[in-house]
Amino acid sequence: MANVNILVLADHAEILETIIRLINKNEGWNGTGAASYDEAREALKINKFDLVLLGVGVDDEAESQILRLCESIAPKTVCMRHYGGGSGLLSSEIQHALAQR
Amino acid sequence: MKNNILHTADSRFVADHGWLKSAQTFSFHDHYDPQRIQFGALRVLNDDIVHGGKGFGRHPHDNMEIISIPLEGTLEHQDSMGNVAVIEPGEIQAMSAGTGIYHTEFNKDPDQPVTFLQIWLYPDKLNVTPRYDQLDYSKGDMHNKFLQILSPDPKDEGVWIQQQAWFHIGKLDKDFDTNHSLKRAGNGLYVFVVKGNIIVNDQALGQRDGYGFWPDSDVKFAATSDAEVLLMEVPEKW
Repeated sequence: MANVNILVLADHAEILETIIRLINKNEGWNGTGAASYDEAREALKINKFDLVLLGVGVDDEAESQILRLCESIAPKTVCMRHYGGGSGLLSSEIQHALAQR
Repeated sequence: MKNNILHTADSRFVADHGWLKSAQTFSFHDHYDPQRIQFGALRVLNDDIVHGGKGFGRHPHDNMEIISIPLEGTLEHQDSMGNVAVIEPGEIQAMSAGTGIYHTEFNKDPDQPVTFLQIWLYPDKLNVTPRYDQLDYSKGDMHNKFLQILSPDPKDEGVWIQQQAWFHIGKLDKDFDTNHSLKRAGNGLYVFVVKGNIIVNDQALGQRDGYGFWPDSDVKFAATSDAEVLLMEVPEKW
């Protein structure tokens, strides 16, 4: 199975770390964390991501900015909200997003 | 989409972690079923049994409304806001995870398992200040009535959450029938049978069955045995 690269944007350090750890527990899933829009923008410019998860602290404006950025430089990247901040929904959210591609 | 969904008790995914046995109505953790993602704002309905002396270690949540309803045994909750509380049958706990919270949930009784419903709803507003609430509803009148135990309004009955949702609970005698009106037009109703057997409109339900639908008029309930029923009224969109 091809590797799945996932960028997670969240402004809560502990929760971001938890999400990345949970993603990386899965074989073939590679998580990269971004604590701000600027960090996410730089990561998107440098790397190719299959999925961008918008986590805690990302407001509507930042979400719109990320969506516009993805449309312009990485139109195949799926951007979606991540809810719950932990293990409960993460895996099924990612699987659902990948299935919808 | 406004489909009616029937989830029989035995169709739920069962995760057995030894210390935790969890019957999950919707996709959760490693269990993914594209046909079982949510019912409107209702995203998680887990029927959990935690063995004596065991529990969920410190873990985070954000941007989710998390409701716990114990059915048997007791569960101790501790969170990063400094709340320490024990909840038991007849009580409901609601937590708005908002900008982020850590908590533990533990069955401190070494001998007695705790059975509780863990229910998650999407919030209608992101990144709110985290909040915890708990209510003893055991003395409320729920005999052949539906008692409101959750709403979106801090001034209304029950605990409140950050979503246009209402929960009611009722204990119905065998052969009793009644009607229930939704609080908000357009909402859906997810009926979960805690105990016994009922008929909802024309749909027969047994213990631990769930049925979600989008009523356009009052909903008819008939108990075909003594029954305990949880009603979860949720919006389709928010």
